[in-house]
Amino acid sequence: MNVDFSAEELQFQEQVRAFFAAKFPQDIKQKCDGGIALTREDYVRWQKILFKQGWAAINWPTEYGGTGWTVIQKYIFANEMAQANAPDIIPFGMKMVAPVIYTYGTAAQRDRFLPDILASNAWWCQGYSEPGSGSDLASLKMKATRTVDHYVVSGTKTWTTLAHMADWIFCLVRTSSDVARRQQGISFLLVDMNTPGVTVKPIITIEGEREVNEVHFEDVKVPLENLVGEEGKGWTYGKVLLQHERTNIAGVARSKYRLQQIGKRAATSVNDAQPLINDQNFARRLSALEIELRALEYTELRTLAAVAVGKAPGPESSILKVRGTELQQAIDEFEVTLAGYFALPYVPKQYALEFPESERIGHLADTRSSLIYFNNRKASIYGGSNEIQKNIVSKHVLGL
Amino acid sequence: MDFSISEEQSMLSDSIAKFIENDYDFETRQKIAAGDLGYSADLWATYAELGWTAVLFEEKDGGLDGGPIELMLMMQQFGKGLLVEPFLANIVLAGGALRRSPDSELRSKWLAKIIDGSLQASLAFTEPQARFAVNDITTTAESAGDSYKLDGVKSFVLNGGIADLLVIPARTAGGQSDEDGITLFAVPADSVGVSRRSYKTVDAQQAAEISLKGVVVNQENVLGKVGDGLAILQATIDEATFAVCAEAVGIIRTMHDKTVEYTKNRLQFGVPIGSFQALQHRMVETLIACEQSQSLLYWSAMINAGNDSAARKSVSALKYQIGTAGVHVAKEAVQLHGGMGVTWELDIAHYFKRLTAISILFGDADFHLDRHVQFSKQSVA
Ligand SMILES: Cc1cc2nc3c(=O)[nH]c(=O)nc-3n(C[C@H](O)[C@H](O)[C@H](O)COP(=O)(O)OP(=O)(O)OC[C@H]3O[C@@H](n4cnc5c(N)ncnc54)[C@H](O)[C@@H]3O)c2cc1C
Repeated sequence: MNVDFSAEELQFQEQVRAFFAAKFPQDIKQKCDGGIALTREDYVRWQKILFKQGWAAINWPTEYGGTGWTVIQKYIFANEMAQANAPDIIPFGMKMVAPVIYTYGTAAQRDRFLPDILASNAWWCQGYSEPGSGSDLASLKMKATRTVDHYVVSGTKTWTTLAHMADWIFCLVRTSSDVARRQQGISFLLVDMNTPGVTVKPIITIEGEREVNEVHFEDVKVPLENLVGEEGKGWTYGKVLLQHERTNIAGVARSKYRLQQIGKRAATSVNDAQPLINDQNFARRLSALEIELRALEYTELRTLAAVAVGKAPGPESSILKVRGTELQQAIDEFEVTLAGYFALPYVPKQYALEFPESERIGHLADTRSSLIYFNNRKASIYGGSNEIQKNIVSKHVLGL
Repeated sequence: MDFSISEEQSMLSDSIAKFIENDYDFETRQKIAAGDLGYSADLWATYAELGWTAVLFEEKDGGLDGGPIELMLMMQQFGKGLLVEPFLANIVLAGGALRRSPDSELRSKWLAKIIDGSLQASLAFTEPQARFAVNDITTTAESAGDSYKLDGVKSFVLNGGIADLLVIPARTAGGQSDEDGITLFAVPADSVGVSRRSYKTVDAQQAAEISLKGVVVNQENVLGKVGDGLAILQATIDEATFAVCAEAVGIIRTMHDKTVEYTKNRLQFGVPIGSFQALQHRMVETLIACEQSQSLLYWSAMINAGNDSAARKSVSALKYQIGTAGVHVAKEAVQLHGGMGVTWELDIAHYFKRLTAISILFGDADFHLDRHVQFSKQSVA
């Protein structure tokens, strides 16, 4: 056992670090540092820079434009990205639908969809959940009826993140109810958001911003060639994707960065106050979180090492999701603690770079902390709630 | 020992419950909160008509002589209804500082107007550098003949943007954290040199940052003895801390009840999610947290009449409980609602935000656990 990077890995780290220092746009960095929401254009601009470098699709096979990196290289990259405070790639296209398309899609589908995902030309969203089907996803009702040359799709998807910015949605739909197991009647369908009959309605979340939507489908005609894989196999494809989602969801590198920032900020005098790090309670809580996070980091590394020798990320990825989101939320809460009263002003117009600093109520990091804390209560709910993850571990790891 | 409340007390509590039921459903609350003022001036007049603004004041001042039990009953109801009117800021904080001050003509005039609902007042209880230390005050009051000149910045002044009268603690002597040398001034908000930046808060309250530049205040606007203001200030903050804890108990009880109800009705896997044992045990835990919080609240309410160090210690115990167990109940309520729990549309999210704000107000759990330790050390010393 050995914790050190090899000489090549160290060199790779230097290369990645230099890239972020040189290429990550300053204006986007300023927004990220201030906790200001990025626009679609910000994301696209940044993702295209990664694309140009050949680093957009970390996990894809090289033949489709992936990096072919080792587990350690990916780990290094994630860390450097977090240290630069660069935003994660929007996952729906690059990390979710693309693996399904290159694994189960036809050659025509790969040619049609992958290049635009890779180059961030097309923006995707995920249409799984429905009003009546959250944790019990297999109960989903949105119906797709096959005719000679297309499916007719009717129903409602909900909680669809960024659907209002998306060009495409990948959906789990019901193509049959006449099956032994309800999972067997589910298919994986790609739908152009511009098709007549698709409407998107906002859902405002707890902190007051628009991030999720309800997407209605009324007799939407979807060409048959937009079916991925076989009809009735959508559940299997979807589950593969969910497991990818779960390893990406732990967010260890970013949590590490945030804790470092909290430590730095607490060591200084904010608003002429005593540095909070001198407060024993605060210092102890910081250390406790550091310890928990280190443990999770090495749990993730152990999982990745297993994947590297050919084991698929199995139910263990649920552990990463549970602990990862718990720690994210603990850090969210810790930032609110750091902010004190300054966590409480709610002034949407000041969450913009152009807003004059002298007119701001409190520092950006402080007044954004509560909104981030509120919003991120979602982390233990989405991607399969933490309760559902624990059910998976009970069943598939413990055999209960 | 007697846990029962009097008929009058129960009528007071019922009158608020009825008001919420008839005039203050969640939709109404959201509309009021979204308005420019941030609360309903009309309904504030109703608060006064129904006598709620008078409860805490002494009879000689035109009040109803209520104490901690009445305050507790009212705040619990306000919590359940998620009311946004500035009862805490105007009545408990500013009114509290005034009512604890010695008689004067001005004081009587202000109290009468606060009670009849025609005056909004604020207590500027914190400064940017102070975090939760009530005695950390850098605003200065320089004596100049028979008046004072105030300079400094007050942050997070609840109700501060619309208040007509500001109660400002300032230093007439001593260093930044000294307990002596703090004096309370009642400053008309339209005085020259007062500037205010108002804003709303995440929990649908309104507050302001107030800067004072050479604000001239007359001698007669000094509340109590010069240099001796901390006692009044601290007693007022302690009562306000107790008040928000009572509000929090109303909030977490409501969140718990709504969650149990929701899990009975939300079907997944063909059954109500409340039938899953994993969730049942979680709700039993939140019930325990609610009961424990309620118990500490009653204990503190009963002990509080003394207003001595035991009473103050009980407030810290209660605030710690709300900052830990209370926060836990709120998180669980959101989690068990699934995606619905994080929507603006559902009241659960807004209870969550108010509870979060309360967990910070007047000191978080760490702060009050420390204060509790200090009281314990004093009592064995
Ligand atoms: C901000 C946000 C973004 C999202 N983005 C997307 C998206 O882009 N695309 C998409 O398809 N979906 C998305 N989702 C939906 C998300 O996946 C669901 O919210 C989630 O699956 C939970 O479903 P639900 O909200 O219906 O809650 P429910 O399933 O009703 O669950 C309510 C509570 O019951 C618990 N529970 C349910 N079943 C069990 C059980 N068997 N045992 C123990 N506990 C149980 C849950 O854990 C939860 O605490 C998003 C959700 C949020 C909040």
